[in-house]
Amino acid sequence: MSAPAGAGVPILRLGDVLVTGLLSELDDKAAVALTEELTQRVASERVRGVLIDISRLELIDSFVARALMELTTSARLLGARVVVCGMRPAVAITLVELGLALTGVETALNAERGMTALGWSRGHLPQEGAGDAPPR
Amino acid sequence: MLHHGDHGTTPPAPAPPTAVTEPQRKDTATTHPLRTEEDLLTVRHAVRAAALNAGFGLVDQTRIVTAASELARNAYVHGGGGSIRLEIIQHSGRLGLRLSVSDQGPGIADLDAAFIDGYTTGAGLGHGLGGARRLMDEFHVRTTPGSGTTITAVRWASDT
Repeated sequence: MSAPAGAGVPILRLGDVLVTGLLSELDDKAAVALTEELTQRVASERVRGVLIDISRLELIDSFVARALMELTTSARLLGARVVVCGMRPAVAITLVELGLALTGVETALNAERGMTALGWSRGHLPQEGAGDAPPR
Repeated sequence: MLHHGDHGTTPPAPAPPTAVTEPQRKDTATTHPLRTEEDLLTVRHAVRAAALNAGFGLVDQTRIVTAASELARNAYVHGGGGSIRLEIIQHSGRLGLRLSVSDQGPGIADLDAAFIDGYTTGAGLGHGLGGARRLMDEFHVRTTPGSGTTITAVRWASDT
């Protein structure tokens, strides 16, 4: 379960979904390392979904956009869906002006909705001791 | 055909009237090297801090840092490294941030093509130059084949 050096962020596995995030200090090499590792793990762990939280990312330039688009395509070729979640509004506005719509990349407002999109519901949570009533 | 000389654009939006005189410098300028990958990260921080200093809001900060990141990477990847100069400037009571990115690389052979989205001579998406221009109010390229490129870009803070 240990991440090879390079990516620098943990990749968790929840059922058949890999969950990870991008940090604000993302440089080009780290972006490439992470996308390569995720692609490898999609194949080796036979997952069906990848959730990438980008709520800490303060900017997406064309390099990072390209990395996300390529990861999405690679994962799709391996039979997995990628959902990018938590984009900051300022980043979204800037991306549009930059001319990059992240075409083909599925997005969600936050991690919870992203997990829902990937087939998870709160029904997966253990019920006992939970403060919230289960959703109907 | 090699494109030589100046190529400037001024989008209509909030750009102030064409300056006859050089806008006054409000603050001391800083210059940062663009020689390593780490420099690209350092520069983002410096640009963010300068944009904050000049009073830009979050969205404008993000625009400026993103444009700077594109230009800095261009200088690093295509220009063989260079430097970026950051200046807070003032014109008619408005504050702006000027980025000047220089390299001593091969220059841009076909500048018009370089602005087209999707045009790339490298591994990128080809949105860097045109995208950076859209994120800034003023954008000016001076490139000389064989001796380098300098791109000057300004974003003006909105009136308050």
